[in-house]
Amino acid sequence: MTAVLEVRDLKVHFLTRRGVIAAVDGVDITVGRGEVLGVVGESGSGKTVTGLSILGLIDPPGRIVAGSIRLDGQELVGAREAQWRALRGRKIAMIFQDPMMTLNPVLRIDTQMMETIFAHEKVPAELARQRCRDALGRVGIPSPEERLSAYPHQFSGGMRQRVAIAIALLNNPELIIADEPTTALDVTIQAQIVAQVQKLAAETGTAIVWVTHDLAVVSGLADRIAVMYAGRIVEEGPTVEVLNAPRHPYTRGLLSSLPARNPRGKPLNQIPGAAPSLLALPPGCAFAPRCARALDICRQVAPAETDAGHERRLRCHNPLAAAGVAA
Amino acid sequence: MVAFLIRRIGQSIFVILAMAALVFLGVFLIGNPIDVLLAPDADQIERAQAIERLGLDKPLWQQFLIFLLDLARGDLGTSFVHGTSAVGLILERLPATMELAFVALTLAIVVGIPLGVIAGLRRESWLGRTIMTGSIVGFSLPNFWFGIMLILCFAVTLQWLPAGGRGPTGSLFGVELSLLNPAGWPNLLMPALTLAIYKVSLVIRLAYSGTREAMLQDYVRFARATGLSPQRILGVHVLKNILIPIVTVLGLELGSMIAFAVVTESVFAWPGIGKLLIDSIARLDRPVIVAYLMIVVALFALINLVVDILYSVLDPRVRLSDTGN
Amino acid sequence: MSDLSVKAAPPTVDIETPFARFAADYCGSWIAMAALAIVVVLIAVSLLAPLIVPQNPYDLSQISIFDNMLAPGERSMEGRLYLLGTDDQGRDMLSAMFYGLKLSFFVGIVSTALALAIGVTFGIMAAYFGGRIDSTIMRVVDLQLSFPAILIALILLALLGKGIDKVVIALVAVQWAYYARTIRGGALVERQREYIDAAQNLALPAHRIIFRHLLPNCLPPLVVVATIQVAHAISLEATLSFLGVGVPITEPSLGLLIANGYKYILSGKYWISVYPGLLLLLTILAINLVGDRLRDLLNPRLKA
Repeated sequence: MTAVLEVRDLKVHFLTRRGVIAAVDGVDITVGRGEVLGVVGESGSGKTVTGLSILGLIDPPGRIVAGSIRLDGQELVGAREAQWRALRGRKIAMIFQDPMMTLNPVLRIDTQMMETIFAHEKVPAELARQRCRDALGRVGIPSPEERLSAYPHQFSGGMRQRVAIAIALLNNPELIIADEPTTALDVTIQAQIVAQVQKLAAETGTAIVWVTHDLAVVSGLADRIAVMYAGRIVEEGPTVEVLNAPRHPYTRGLLSSLPARNPRGKPLNQIPGAAPSLLALPPGCAFAPRCARALDICRQVAPAETDAGHERRLRCHNPLAAAGVAA
Repeated sequence: MVAFLIRRIGQSIFVILAMAALVFLGVFLIGNPIDVLLAPDADQIERAQAIERLGLDKPLWQQFLIFLLDLARGDLGTSFVHGTSAVGLILERLPATMELAFVALTLAIVVGIPLGVIAGLRRESWLGRTIMTGSIVGFSLPNFWFGIMLILCFAVTLQWLPAGGRGPTGSLFGVELSLLNPAGWPNLLMPALTLAIYKVSLVIRLAYSGTREAMLQDYVRFARATGLSPQRILGVHVLKNILIPIVTVLGLELGSMIAFAVVTESVFAWPGIGKLLIDSIARLDRPVIVAYLMIVVALFALINLVVDILYSVLDPRVRLSDTGN
Repeated sequence: MSDLSVKAAPPTVDIETPFARFAADYCGSWIAMAALAIVVVLIAVSLLAPLIVPQNPYDLSQISIFDNMLAPGERSMEGRLYLLGTDDQGRDMLSAMFYGLKLSFFVGIVSTALALAIGVTFGIMAAYFGGRIDSTIMRVVDLQLSFPAILIALILLALLGKGIDKVVIALVAVQWAYYARTIRGGALVERQREYIDAAQNLALPAHRIIFRHLLPNCLPPLVVVATIQVAHAISLEATLSFLGVGVPITEPSLGLLIANGYKYILSGKYWISVYPGLLLLLTILAINLVGDRLRDLLNPRLKA
């Protein structure tokens, strides 16, 4: 089965007055039909930029300088703006973080939904309206007909995000990029949205890339996880395996710093130090300055991606032992 | 929506009454009302008659009531200079000023918004910078001097346009308008341009900052992510958002344009209410000054009302929150 | 073994004052720097006017009516060179312009300063005390701001008569409301902050809290508004003088000079209106450019 999305060695650079920022520095991603990939990382890890570049939404001073992005086998890097526009909202859709401002406050919901349909095909207005109603129903919004005539500020945050998801689904895309869609929402609403998305992915076979900093969210949702640090994917694999037996020290650090996993009364674990400024990356592995397992080679040579078995990939000179192997 | 309307109309009436009270105080209390409402060369008999006729021997509150009744009837005295009803005089000249203000306003919108949006989108380019610099020059220009320079250039040196006055007019429902008669357009051009230049600069700057802010908003990014064309994003999403502050400011500025017509009409000898006011001040024709004030106040109240209504039409958040949602 | 070498002086840390950094930021734009330089030069010129101009245009004994209406560069019958010509009274245009500039600056700056003092006092009181005081003051402010400045000034001057002092009064009356509203907005925000609570808990007297604690933090937008208002005041004074209700004809400001020259435009004697106007434009433009730059620097929303 061909993957829906194939990203190979993607590099996105930002040319600023103070230097070149390699926000994404050689990222590989593969997502199959109906699969959910969780991309996890701190702010500045490059996860949002990765998502944006799949939609061609990187604006100057940023540029895709190398790599390939293939959707259903079709190469996207270097495509003209008109080609990108044909794909956005149609084959690839995006959901953003802040539902408050994602929808235009002065336009009605039906206007904003129907224009997404009209941007890609000629459909009679009544039919388009019907599709919008159905989409709203599918994301669990009651009385969709009334809601269509309403304005964004009349909805709660969770509802607005559902509308954003409905818009993303309107044209039955093959791939959805969700960039921290639940970060701005209450925890209970978060759970609802996550469940909704899971259900929809299963029903429609849409592939999803879910970008987040919250491990807890992806643990229940994603089939596979990719952990990003300083513009590179440092570990990738099936969710259950990565979370139960992390092999990269950074992943391990992230997991053990989760409060839920901490025995009561003990001080919280932290990864010492701070994420590096992308303008001043150390030579060698970007994580080395904070890594307890750093070797000399880590400080000199950036680790290449290696196959770690069980459909896992790893970028580390000194990974933790695989499960079931003596340390 | 209806509740909103009623409340706003009530506010407008309050403002008009407040102004009437102020004018009344100014005329009847501070100044000697005889001097204000009667020609300086009236003799004793005429004075006595006027006192009786104007009811100046009655208690103050009665006088105020009479003043209000007169106001409602549209009677604010007779002009010393022209001998006709002061209100009638103003109403006769009003169309000239209004058409000047409207043409200037149209210019401001039609020229200002596109230029401002372009400057906002292409901030760093040569075009964007020129537009913004031009806008600062435009609103630093002393209005009257700009008019004089226009006359010097186009009327005296190049001799393309007439130096002043209002040209031939056409008539619509008894109202004389230069707009209706193409022969009158050359006369309209320079005064309208002079009046407009400040507003155009203001609108450019508003459209510029509005566009810049709008482009940074998430809904623009989201619209792009759904594959909408840039034309649609700009023309519908961004424009509707920047129109809100522009409409508000323009509404207020229309009022100030009518006031500033005083200067433009003086420079170009345009026979509107502005020139009438200046002449009346110079000749101490006080009934006309009083009539001017009251009519202008009523006009401003009306404009503010219209702007508020427009604002609520453009911004649904205002409209719906007013109905107690 | 002890080290006998001369120790290098410890590196000094250059502490940059906020003002120094602000000045450095300001100079990022060459236009803004040029504008500031022009304003300084113009103020200097106007202050030094009595010393540098060939003639005192307000001194009737120095003007000769026979020299009137000379074109720029022409010489009078006695051989005096008039660089920019003379007006209809025989005044040297250059001198009249510089004196007029001084008048413009005087009126503009004084009226702005007074309006600032009055407006700030009322505005900050409204914000600090709130309640009825706030709504009364703001109602007056709103009522006044809903009327165009030029009308208010015109009517006031029609009642008061001509004179520099009356012009200043009219300009102050027109401007104070704007400052009141601006500072009230900022003060309302600052008032919520903890340092005001702290000062109140220390039982500091109200006037001390207002003027020593609240006011300094509301200043940045005021600086921008005040600068631009000076330009506005200068423009307004010129307009009023042009209309004949401003300064008396014996002490012409730039506006009055332009008005005098207006009569002669149609016969091509342009210099009486053109040169004062250019000077006026330059002054207003330079001040506006400075104010614009200040606004860009002090506006938090546009700080990327």
